[in-house]
Amino acid sequence: MKATLITYAYLLAAALFIIGIKRMNSPATARRGNQVAAVGMLIAILATLVSQRILSPGMIVGGLVIGTALGWLLASRIQMTQMPEMVAALNGLGGGASVLVAWAEVARYTSAQAEGLAGAGFARHGLEPLNATTVVTILLSVLIGAVTFSGSFVAFGKLNGRISGNPISFPGMRLLSALLALATVAAVAYPLLMLRDSAYHAEHLSLATAVIAATGLLLGVLLVIPIGGADMPVVVSLLNSYSGLAAAATGFVLENYALIVSGALVGASGIILSKIMCEAMNRSLLNVLIGGFGGGTAEAGPKSAAGLSVRTIAPDDAAVLLSYADNVVVVPGYGLAVAQAQHAIRELADLLAARGANVRYAIHPVAGRMPGHMNVLLAEANVPYERLLEMDEINEDFSRTDVVLVIGANDVVNPAARTDTASPIYGMPILNVDHARSVIVLKRSMAAGYSGVENELFYHPRTQMLFGDAKKTIERLVAEVKAL
Amino acid sequence: MLATLVVVFVLASFVGVEIISKVPQTLHTPLMSGTNAISGITVVGALVVAGMVDSPVAQWLGFVALVLAMINVVGGFLVTDRMLQMFRREKRPAVADPAAAPGSTGGGRL
Repeated sequence: MKATLITYAYLLAAALFIIGIKRMNSPATARRGNQVAAVGMLIAILATLVSQRILSPGMIVGGLVIGTALGWLLASRIQMTQMPEMVAALNGLGGGASVLVAWAEVARYTSAQAEGLAGAGFARHGLEPLNATTVVTILLSVLIGAVTFSGSFVAFGKLNGRISGNPISFPGMRLLSALLALATVAAVAYPLLMLRDSAYHAEHLSLATAVIAATGLLLGVLLVIPIGGADMPVVVSLLNSYSGLAAAATGFVLENYALIVSGALVGASGIILSKIMCEAMNRSLLNVLIGGFGGGTAEAGPKSAAGLSVRTIAPDDAAVLLSYADNVVVVPGYGLAVAQAQHAIRELADLLAARGANVRYAIHPVAGRMPGHMNVLLAEANVPYERLLEMDEINEDFSRTDVVLVIGANDVVNPAARTDTASPIYGMPILNVDHARSVIVLKRSMAAGYSGVENELFYHPRTQMLFGDAKKTIERLVAEVKAL
Repeated sequence: MLATLVVVFVLASFVGVEIISKVPQTLHTPLMSGTNAISGITVVGALVVAGMVDSPVAQWLGFVALVLAMINVVGGFLVTDRMLQMFRREKRPAVADPAAAPGSTGGGRL
């Protein structure tokens, strides 16, 4: 009876997660959706507390309090520009928790076996004899959790600059990955083979768990280090998916529906986001994962740019150009986040709007370091979400736009993606800013974008370059517009 | 048992694909941190093993798992809430701040 009741409680929690995510289909209902999901989580936690015989209340309460306090602290301190790191770190913690829970199950088998031969100890602790399903689910949970944990923290390091954002590789890296994968397979096979005789063999499972935790951690590192900084949206999405799969795997270990349903939802979410990111770059997931893309500055000597020169524009001239425009589109990129220029651009947009301009923002799917990164930054700066337009919504409008202001974006506005079949970014969907009447590109220097490809937009006759730090330059523009 | 669990997993995945495909791009970051908080459901597993006094090792592993999963849950939901409260609609000109005067009355799309 009690078991049935808790199953219904978990069903309710899972239903609330689904309703919560469903409400995220519009910014107007999304906040309530998140709250609904949080209530679902509370129900799952309370039901578990009530149903379990809690024999160590101190530890449980301590764990809940410490975790809540740290989580609250993190969530309230983090800056919006740091969201990608935050999500990466949280993914990692989820993966780590999965490893530990599976490991704890192994420890239960070990201590049960120590107590009584021939399964007497198992029976006393309510454990089934070890079978192939238990072994495989436990090891899978450890593996996925460990990959998620270490992969997420490498991504975290790359996102906050503690680890170089360039792709990192070394000779024999592929071979090492292959060997680790082999070792993992062997470590799963070993306890399975040992199951054949009648003894219980928790010690073999224990050994396999330790080996897989180690190979999983190393594989997670090797998975992420060869991937360059601007491909992080894909990596963060993928790790998000893994953290869900890790929870689902733990659900298989504990035969718990709440974990399986939630894990499947999150797993699906991450996969879909990864797919959207890959499509927005016209690259396959495999191509992203193999890594080594971008980071190269070797091709700085542009063939296409030979003989062409760029036009620069002074801030006062740019201010005049902007202030007489009727239609202005701002294209933000990662450079906007780095310079923390979201508030400055909003101030500029307000001034231009007061002068009668229609100012909108064009957001490329992979702008920034995670899906939707730019939208959050601009929302933080009080830009209403109706003003943020997706690529497909705005691309037709560029030909009717007076001035496009590109801030710290590069590859996503490179016309070569449409025309140059030899370019590494050929076929990537881009924002057609070159169709606008004039383009101002705000950039620190002429350095190539992430792809290492020269951007022919910069040499376009209707393009003018405004060099400098994004935030300072926009503040300068604000001052100039005010002075007009 | 395993078969039932697999059935639940597969069906839930389909539901996930269906509802998540409908989330607009503009909400992808909060979606990610929100689903991330949901994956902290491992907290349930951590509670189960941390409550087991039969194995001190399992208990301590469960305790650490509990702390990690709780950070994931609380941090994830709170930061998502923080983000979502910033997403606002266009203010109507009559009540808008002075800066958002005539030009922005178009209300967005052309």
